[in-house]
Amino acid sequence: MKAQRQVWGETLAELAGTDQRLVVLDGDLATSTRADIVADAHPDSFIQVGIAEQNMVGMAFGLSTLGYRPWVSSFGVFLTNRALDQVRMLVSQTKAPVRLAAAYSGLLNGASGKTHQDIEDFAIMRAMPNMTVLAPADEIEAAHAIRWAADHDGPLYIRLARDPVPPVFDQNYTFTPGEPVLLRNSDNGLVIISTGVQTARTTAALDLLHADGIHLRHLHLHTLKPANADAIITHLAGASAVCTVEEHTIIGGLGELVSDLVTRDGLGVRVTRIGLDDRWSESGPNDFLLDKHGLSPHRVADRLRRLLPAA
Amino acid sequence: MHIDETDIPRLEALAREGRWLVIDTVTTSKAGHVGGPLSAMDLLVALYFTQLRIDPDHPREPDRDRFVLSKGHCSIGLYSVLALRGYFPVGELATFDQGDSRLQGHPDMLLTPGVDASTGSLGQGLSAACGMALGAKRLGKDFHTWVMLGDGEIEEGMVWESVLCAPRYRLDNLTAIIDVNGLQQYGWPAAAADRFDRSEPVGHVDLPAVFRGFGWNTISINGHDFTQILSALDQAAGHRGVTGKPTVILARTEKGHGLTFTAGTYKWHNGVANADQLAAAKKELRDVEHAA
Repeated sequence: MKAQRQVWGETLAELAGTDQRLVVLDGDLATSTRADIVADAHPDSFIQVGIAEQNMVGMAFGLSTLGYRPWVSSFGVFLTNRALDQVRMLVSQTKAPVRLAAAYSGLLNGASGKTHQDIEDFAIMRAMPNMTVLAPADEIEAAHAIRWAADHDGPLYIRLARDPVPPVFDQNYTFTPGEPVLLRNSDNGLVIISTGVQTARTTAALDLLHADGIHLRHLHLHTLKPANADAIITHLAGASAVCTVEEHTIIGGLGELVSDLVTRDGLGVRVTRIGLDDRWSESGPNDFLLDKHGLSPHRVADRLRRLLPAA
Repeated sequence: MHIDETDIPRLEALAREGRWLVIDTVTTSKAGHVGGPLSAMDLLVALYFTQLRIDPDHPREPDRDRFVLSKGHCSIGLYSVLALRGYFPVGELATFDQGDSRLQGHPDMLLTPGVDASTGSLGQGLSAACGMALGAKRLGKDFHTWVMLGDGEIEEGMVWESVLCAPRYRLDNLTAIIDVNGLQQYGWPAAAADRFDRSEPVGHVDLPAVFRGFGWNTISINGHDFTQILSALDQAAGHRGVTGKPTVILARTEKGHGLTFTAGTYKWHNGVANADQLAAAKKELRDVEHAA
């Protein structure tokens, strides 16, 4: 298993060999984000900016006006929060083809705790016009999404988890931007929708239920924006309840996206949002944090059991 | 460097007309900034009529010089000069801030011909200009990138991230012009040594020493003296490919310059002239022109 940040560094190092438009800007975190892989392979495609995320985003915008397709790399939280105004005004407003590579996104960041937890990024980035928001499930999907993103002509944000997760997809996978991926099907009235690497843990949760003879429909949404709303709705056909699962605050992320669609279409489907409560988290090992916040496979499975329609 | 002194009356006349367009437009639209556009006007006219290698008929020409108005709230000053330079009709200034207009309160690069960056959130323009200058270096392009900041604006912390980074990449194709007009929107209580009715935003700072310390070339001028402005612009452009350092032009100006009732007071950071004031402005800026 490879971490998504590792896949990102390796994929860009490969693309940089043939794409002169590709440059990677680093805010002095290259050994963590794995931008160092690009720097080692193609020093000319690597631009150190120093510990100055706001200037980094501004310089990426400036480079993009000359035909470059810059990748801005940092911990996600520093892109979505520290450089928020720069992303808003110089990338989102201008439609600049700047890619924001959010390493260490989500809750799990090597026990760094609250300062580094990037758990409001969907809410922030979804609210930005012109922004594409991606959250791949595993290393395979990350590699596909990164390749697609490299050619995308507009602002883009992509989550890249720090630590590896069990594979969700195999080498036959194809990435279609905006489209939900049906991971398993069922006629049970409860439909599960997950995103990012939480999809891998949700898959494990559904494996636990499967062993108990409970089979649920599971959708993975790698594109939070623009998402194919009609396709999501289609997958809710026959459902009486839907449960979203995300490594993100329950405010403004996947859960809210699905709730909005259900409300928009007046579906009469109950929506339950599994995610991070509206409070600060802490430093701790991954398993501890996932368990504490209800995102570990067995905690998700327990929650889903309670949501099952009465037999 | 040879300065064509005979051209200065033309530039002075353009600056007077530009100032008239600022006050007239803001009065008509009943919104916009006045003091900053007026302090920057001579610098903008000198840039657009003598220095920038641009073609108003081809505003996206890839090898054009770039100009970023980092103090984006002074947009009407830039729009007035762009109109006079032929990017769009002067009459279009009447649409400023009026809805469905190409002339937004703060510059929008997607809408206005000749605008190279969307600005208005203070502190961002220098970083954008750094990216443009770095891109030009990497691509072997010979254009120059100019960016104008306000002296109040450099209170923004982000500016200093860019100031620190530009010399690292030896961006001698980058020139920052700081319009040191001595006032900001409200600012700080004035002390005895201050020029105006509020304290200078960075009056307590030795800016030339600071920028030299960061590794920049510095040029200090009177930003209302065309001889000095033209000389400074030429000198800065001459640094491209030569000095290995970015250049800052510290242009000492007067906020609201050119109109008696707006000059040297923070109260005209923004505002709308009444009929008497507009008439006085017309007399001061246009009658001179027509008498000449």
